[in-house]
Amino acid sequence: MSDIVEKTLTALPGLFLQNQSVGGPAGVKASFSSRLGGLVRGITALTSKHEEEKLIQQELSNLKATVSAPATTLKMMKECMVRLIYCEMLGYDASFGYIHAIKLAQQGNLLEKRVGYLAVSLFLHENHELLLLLVNTVVKDLQSTNLVEVCMALTIVSQIFPREMIPAVLPLIEDKLQHSKEIIRRKAVLALYKFHLIAPNQVQHIHIKFRKALCDRDVGVMAASLHIYFRMIKENPSGYKDLTGSFVTILKQVVGGKLPVDFNYHSVPAPWLQIQLLRILGLLGKDDQRTSELMYDVLDESLRRAELNHNVTYGLKALTYVIQQDPTLALQHQMTIIECLDHPDPIIKRETLELLYRITNAQNITVIVQKMLEYLHQSKEEYIIVNLVGKIAELAEKYAPDNAWFIQTMNAVFSVGGDVMHPDIPNNFMRLLAEGFDDETEDQQLRLYAVQSYLTLLDVENVFYPQKFLQVMSWVLGEYYYLLDKDTPEEVLTKLYKLLMNASVSSETKAWLIAAVTKLTSQAHSSNIVERLIQEFTISLDTCMRQHAFELKHLRENVELMKSLLPVDKSCEDMVVDASLSFLDGFVAEELSQGAAPYKPHHQRQEEKLSQEKVLNFEPYGLSFSSSGFTGRQSPAGISLGSDISGNSAETGLKETNGLKLEGIKKLWGKEGYLPKKEGKTGDETEAPPVPQESIIMETVDQTLIKKDQCQVLTQSKEEKEKQLLASSLFVGLGSESTVNLLGKADTVSHKFRRKSKIKETKSGETTSAHNRTCFHFSSSSNATYEDDYYLDTLQDRGDKELNKLSLNSGLLDSESLTELPSVEKLSSCKLSSSPSLFTDNSMEGFQPSQSTALSVANETSLAASLLEETSEHMHSDLVEVCHNETISLSSFKIWKDDCLFMVWSVSNKSGLELESADLEIAPAENFKITEQPGCRLPIIEAESIKTFQYSVQVEKPFTEGNLSGFINYQMMDTHSVQLEFSVNLSLLDFIRPLKISTENFGKLWLSFANDVKQNIKVSESQAALPSALKTLQQKLRLHVVEIIGNEGLLACQLLPSIPCLLHFRVHGDVLALWFRSSCSTLPDCLLYQCQKVMEGS
Amino acid sequence: MIKFFLMVNKQGQTRLAKYYEHVEINKRTVLETEVLKSCLFRSNEQCSFIEFKDFKLVCRRYAALLIVVGVNDTENEMAIYEFIHNFVEVLDEYFSRVTELDIMFNLDKVHIILDEMVLNGCIVETNRARILAPLLILDKMSES
Repeated sequence: MSDIVEKTLTALPGLFLQNQSVGGPAGVKASFSSRLGGLVRGITALTSKHEEEKLIQQELSNLKATVSAPATTLKMMKECMVRLIYCEMLGYDASFGYIHAIKLAQQGNLLEKRVGYLAVSLFLHENHELLLLLVNTVVKDLQSTNLVEVCMALTIVSQIFPREMIPAVLPLIEDKLQHSKEIIRRKAVLALYKFHLIAPNQVQHIHIKFRKALCDRDVGVMAASLHIYFRMIKENPSGYKDLTGSFVTILKQVVGGKLPVDFNYHSVPAPWLQIQLLRILGLLGKDDQRTSELMYDVLDESLRRAELNHNVTYGLKALTYVIQQDPTLALQHQMTIIECLDHPDPIIKRETLELLYRITNAQNITVIVQKMLEYLHQSKEEYIIVNLVGKIAELAEKYAPDNAWFIQTMNAVFSVGGDVMHPDIPNNFMRLLAEGFDDETEDQQLRLYAVQSYLTLLDVENVFYPQKFLQVMSWVLGEYYYLLDKDTPEEVLTKLYKLLMNASVSSETKAWLIAAVTKLTSQAHSSNIVERLIQEFTISLDTCMRQHAFELKHLRENVELMKSLLPVDKSCEDMVVDASLSFLDGFVAEELSQGAAPYKPHHQRQEEKLSQEKVLNFEPYGLSFSSSGFTGRQSPAGISLGSDISGNSAETGLKETNGLKLEGIKKLWGKEGYLPKKEGKTGDETEAPPVPQESIIMETVDQTLIKKDQCQVLTQSKEEKEKQLLASSLFVGLGSESTVNLLGKADTVSHKFRRKSKIKETKSGETTSAHNRTCFHFSSSSNATYEDDYYLDTLQDRGDKELNKLSLNSGLLDSESLTELPSVEKLSSCKLSSSPSLFTDNSMEGFQPSQSTALSVANETSLAASLLEETSEHMHSDLVEVCHNETISLSSFKIWKDDCLFMVWSVSNKSGLELESADLEIAPAENFKITEQPGCRLPIIEAESIKTFQYSVQVEKPFTEGNLSGFINYQMMDTHSVQLEFSVNLSLLDFIRPLKISTENFGKLWLSFANDVKQNIKVSESQAALPSALKTLQQKLRLHVVEIIGNEGLLACQLLPSIPCLLHFRVHGDVLALWFRSSCSTLPDCLLYQCQKVMEGS
Repeated sequence: MIKFFLMVNKQGQTRLAKYYEHVEINKRTVLETEVLKSCLFRSNEQCSFIEFKDFKLVCRRYAALLIVVGVNDTENEMAIYEFIHNFVEVLDEYFSRVTELDIMFNLDKVHIILDEMVLNGCIVETNRARILAPLLILDKMSES
């Protein structure tokens, strides 16, 4: 058939020139004289972008006039819409026509209406405001007696529909599930699928109906319901295990050819349906032996029947999956893989490399890495380079046969990967060199080889290495040049000097270079080059370089100190430093007694400066330093120059260590401390379990591959022999007797370079302290209270402990906030009730049988009383119903305990019967840690009684909106078990507690926090006054007011369990300037969001 | 999940574009140009599946017309590859030997057919008779 298509399409230009009508009965009806025809003709005749623009602009202005002209008939309008679709398709904005599309859908007859809907679906997006205008039309069409109109309405609903209007059409669509026509039922299911996509909560109650759709007598309806099930099962595979049997039966019928013949595609029975079913079974059977067993038969059958054709990459992909299970399988297909390796299509090549990556072992590593490097040299796409470079580095580290090979491979990685590669690669490499492995002589050889290799590389003239590579080189040379046993490092200093003078070297790299020079200087201090270098850079415009040069200069004056500071091969050792700078106490005291001003940290000075300039608009300044509270302390500029003047050599020495340490370490450890190396494999492994549908193709692929193999044997040439040679080197070690472990199990693989784990820990500790130390050393020039500063910075480390103490000392809820209890409650109860808005307390009577209302009210009070005993000192929200049916009603409320959020679900049994094995389960939610309180399992709920389930909830990281969902199961006497689902919204505020601290502590904490967010929000007149703003913040956000100074306020709170967040705010006219700081990077943002919501809301 | 469905001719002119995720109009043109760059000059020898940014392209060529479908990572490329052919078969049946001009003059009908087959990026119908049924009724009604 496709031949025919091709033929006719090739004949197109000819047909077009003849200007004759083409096509069959439904073919080209539009005459060339029509407007649309004109447009199409115009478009086909286009030769340049410029012409196109002219034509379309002309067309658009014509259309604009036509659509708004009152004389335009609906028929013309329909044509206009098609022309507008054309214009938008070519990338021109036709938004003036959107409203007319909606009108056409509303007013047109059948085909016109359909085109109107079509235009709407193409023009508008989910959140477009005009979409609301369509709702009425949809509702009308859904109720139409004309099936075609109902179909259209259902189609548009399943394409695009405003979420907030779902309730308006939901009952209509639910009705359609019982329609006699399959097409209506099918489309109704698809519309519900759409709702499930955009608002899963709203269709929760019709899950039973989905089951009915799954069992529909029509294949189409059943197939449509699979989309919903696929999604639901993906979210919660355990909830649908009972359906496994049904899916298996359906698949059996499909595979067995029980469907009507018109579902066949090229004599394969409903292949897409099979795929969908296999996907679902894949989800259900994952990690579940028992469920999987149910499927084996049908999977086997599907595999046997599958006759899909294949594409080479696809085969490779399948093979890649298979190989994860059993590398020996690749042996059978060696020659095919080799073929693919030389395939002109780079995509196939890359897939092949992916496969080879998985079968790499210690014996074939060299060949495989060589192939990878070859590919790497050809490719230009950044993504591919990053990906491949990472793989090579990983393999090299794991299986390197010898030192020389390892260093050379890494050299290639660094030169090609350059500055795009993942920073982990150079960092791991350096760590590997530094930490070494078990055999010390081996370590030294590796290092020595690296040094030699870099010296050779640097000898080559006119070669530019990537910055990252230069950084690695300078670090290695600085640390391990001594291994060469030369008298002076003059030679390498010359090279480093040359690089330092090179304009193409970035200043970051220069810092690495000069750090290396400093280390080398300590080994041989009399060097002309160092002298020259110092001269050169002490007048450098780059302050960082200037500082380094000065440091070097001073260090050179005290050789002993320099040697003790820069010991040889001690990059992994911890260094003892007097971080409190206590030796300066005398100096400070002296200066203070002579009337020097006490030290103020950088941003305190900034702030004071700002408050003086308040009359002026301070916004621009605010921005300039709000981005990072640390810059002031880290900037090495003039401050450290000043410190040199003191002439205290010990101090300068200290500084130098810190400086150096930072250079060497900075990249290895981030702000948060040591970043553990991710097991590169994990990502790959997640996709490892082969999905069933892949296995269909696997078999066919295997067969074809085997066929190819056989052909090849027949026509063996010289070239073939070469390939076989390659094959034997690639697939060595894959045989069954091979000692190499299976791939994909990274941890069992014996690494060539095994790290010493203990060092990591000590090192990470060191970095943090080193990091802290830098903070001091830059502030050392000013006369200050160093003790305090030290306290601050260690506080950052011990933050948690300190805070715990703080919160222990003072009860979390001060009496003030307790009196404000109602408003807090209100806030949260709104949250709680927001999902089913019907269920607020006021309307409770509306939907409950009166008898049970009385009961529940009575019980509610008793419940409240009982719970209040333990919760009296805590705030709690109102009881809100979360779900109910004729037998039970489930309500929940929150208790904001000091240390956690306590959720209580109370089940009231409204029926006169006992409920058995009632069980409430909360689905594990990301970011929330839910702990069930003991004694919650209830074997029996007596008639007309209330039982509670209690859970404590902890949060892992800040969030804005959260949701807990779960279900309750129970069984009535002699009947089947019933399951009810529910969900409860959580707000960040549920986890925020006041933090009672003193102003002094506030100040200290404020300085120690690195993450801050600043924002000005406009508030209404009434709120502009400080007291009212303060009250809002205190009541609704549960902030503790630390102090109020003039028009500024200090507030503090903490995110449970103990992440503190501080707020500084200032009222300025009707603008509220908020400034959050916290030790957690995301908390300020999240709190700011809540704060804005609260301030705008009130 | 299908992200978009494109029909483009040899000269790189778009003949049909349907997006299943909202993309701004100006970004569409940029995306289409990029997609074309990676698809248009592929020979028959080369693989029909292309990794493109964070998703995949499945393309199939019919004479001067190229159909490119962008799918996300979890989609089965073979299923889409065959689906394209299924779509062309449906067009072929409806237009009795479809040509590029048929598609141009009946853009609305082609869209209606596609809407029957794909919704929200999911393949929802592949049965030829069922796909065409609503459209044939529309045709019949507007004739009478």
